[in-house]
Amino acid sequence: MARRLAVLDAERCVGCQMCMFACSRRFSLGGYGRSAIHVRSVGGVEKGFTVIVCRACIDPLCAKVCPTNALRRRVGGGVLLDPSKCIGCGRCVDACTIGAVFWDEEKNKPVICVHCGYCVRYCPYNVIGLEEV
Amino acid sequence: MWNVLYIDLSRRDFWVEDRGDLFDRWLGGIGVAIQLFKEEVKPDADPLGPDNVIVFAIGPLTCLYPMASKTVAVFKSPLTGNLGESHAGGRSAVAIRMAGYGAIVVKGASDIPVYLTIGDGTVRFRDASVLWGVRSTITVGRILREREGKRGLRTIMRIGRAGENLVRYACVITETYRHFGRLGLGAVFGSKKLKAIVVYGRESIPVKNPVFYRRVYDDIYDLAVKSELMKKYHDIGTSMNVNMLNTIKGLPTMNLRSSYFDKAEFISGEYLAETRLGRRIACSHCPIACIHLAALREPYKGEPYFYKTTYVSYDYEPIYALGSMLGISDTDGLLRLLDTVEIYGLDAMSTGVVLAWATEAYEKGLVTIKDTLIELRWGYVEGYLQAIRYIVDQVNQFYRDLSLGVDHASRIYGGVDYALAFGGNEMPGYSTGYGAYLTYLTGGRHSHLDSAGYSLDEKLLGKQYPPPEQLIDMLLAEETWRQILSSLVICFFARGIYTVDKVIEALKALGVDYSRESLTDLGFDIYKEKYRVKMGLGFDLDSLRIPRRIFETESCSRMLDESYINAALEYFKAKIRGMLS
Repeated sequence: MARRLAVLDAERCVGCQMCMFACSRRFSLGGYGRSAIHVRSVGGVEKGFTVIVCRACIDPLCAKVCPTNALRRRVGGGVLLDPSKCIGCGRCVDACTIGAVFWDEEKNKPVICVHCGYCVRYCPYNVIGLEEV
Repeated sequence: MWNVLYIDLSRRDFWVEDRGDLFDRWLGGIGVAIQLFKEEVKPDADPLGPDNVIVFAIGPLTCLYPMASKTVAVFKSPLTGNLGESHAGGRSAVAIRMAGYGAIVVKGASDIPVYLTIGDGTVRFRDASVLWGVRSTITVGRILREREGKRGLRTIMRIGRAGENLVRYACVITETYRHFGRLGLGAVFGSKKLKAIVVYGRESIPVKNPVFYRRVYDDIYDLAVKSELMKKYHDIGTSMNVNMLNTIKGLPTMNLRSSYFDKAEFISGEYLAETRLGRRIACSHCPIACIHLAALREPYKGEPYFYKTTYVSYDYEPIYALGSMLGISDTDGLLRLLDTVEIYGLDAMSTGVVLAWATEAYEKGLVTIKDTLIELRWGYVEGYLQAIRYIVDQVNQFYRDLSLGVDHASRIYGGVDYALAFGGNEMPGYSTGYGAYLTYLTGGRHSHLDSAGYSLDEKLLGKQYPPPEQLIDMLLAEETWRQILSSLVICFFARGIYTVDKVIEALKALGVDYSRESLTDLGFDIYKEKYRVKMGLGFDLDSLRIPRRIFETESCSRMLDESYINAALEYFKAKIRGMLS
């Protein structure tokens, strides 16, 4: 069964950003320069947090606007990036309604969640989880 | 490579230097900050003049391991005239490293109010004259948040009106609820006409030994979330100390006329959690979420069914200072006081101790209503709320004097014996015994966190104290090790996880090799460097004032013997002389 990363309850988020660090750590990197998940406050930390990550669209807008077919549909929703095809135009970033296409400044390519679930282990508050689709 | 960003406010200039030399020798954080400070500041610099220098530093573990979430600030303190060191979390440390820097040095002074935006390899000087004088630091945060973008990737450090007006214990606020609280960094910002600093970035840091790195990371993470080591901070938060200290009779109450507060229950962590806790939040890259926010629901006067709900951060030290120290047991009243110091950007601890002294001085007739303008009485919230505003605005000579700290005020009006400052810094909330007071007297920043004597006191409850020399040796061992934690820069709450061995492993994964011996030696070296700078700035162990009050009030049901403290201090002086010679 294909799985997708889901935001289960953003109200439980404490804004620790552990998921962001986990995502870059998959590539053995510190920091969050290559992270596909983002946590920010809802206009001030006292109001809580928003967790932004690819929601695995079945017919993804980001893939539709890609001029080089670098983004192909993933089984279970969302996309997979073929970096060799990507020209770094950034249209996918503009296209995503929820802002879940991030940008790797060093490689000048998009960063999009592949729904591997590595970050889930590092969320102690069960804000995020893997769902079968 | 470790880039240090230098900013000269006078010339509106900035430049970057690779200071790998400093990070290789001194690790990071306080180790590096002390060196940068030494390079830049003249010992006789006016703390509120353009010659004072602010250094912010992070460490080798920042952005790489959980709970390495603090930034160290070093400056010359306008409160003590000596070395100022203050640590803050929020997103400050992560943002500085993600912007590509290991440290930021701010020098000079601007002639007009400015704020700085640091990111994308540049520094933007922005006019802050519109922000200057804005009543609340929360509003300033809101404005900068809207204006500067980069949400979730930035820190917004700012001062309030207390900093603008040079109250010597004004703080710098970051992410609304975290602070470079102590020793007056806010006034240094104010003197430089520096309203705020925004730092942002989004970078990747390659790791030397990836497989080992992920293993060490997981060990640390599991200890943080699955063991008991962080539970206290995670559940009730630091405010659980209120009941704990009150039970052992070590909770300073009403200007330390007592170490026991009979109404402590209503300002305790347990009570707050049960009745007011509205949300918990975390610093960036820390899973603990120790920041507890109370929801304060207040009706608007004269308008039925119209309420406002304010989120107020509470921690043990501010509760002690603005609660038990002032005899306050009205829970909402305490929250209003906490909110007020947040709005104006004051150090809650110094503010509480200053007001406690003022209350006693008023009670004893050293000052009158002509000075105080309002009645200062234990537990009288409205009076204290007004007095805080008077301190910020320095409405008359008395409040101008209060704004310079309790040491200064007591020299003018009397009541020195119960002016509770050590090394010029208003006391923290532990009247637990010899350990605590010797920490306040000898610690590098006169903070309970320097060498944690209170923790020794708690272990020695009901037992015989060791000879004073031995106690000093224990405090020194703790303080020298903490220089390593402050160089990495680890939140001290995680000190149980970051043991010597764990730190060695964590660094090894990044390609930095230390042995147990070389690491503890380095802690000792950093400590010596810090004390050398402290002495160079005029710190004199022979002229340390010990408030008599600590010998008049029991600490954990024990009367303290002055001769023990004196013997300990003599031994400490000899130790320091030996170390620095």
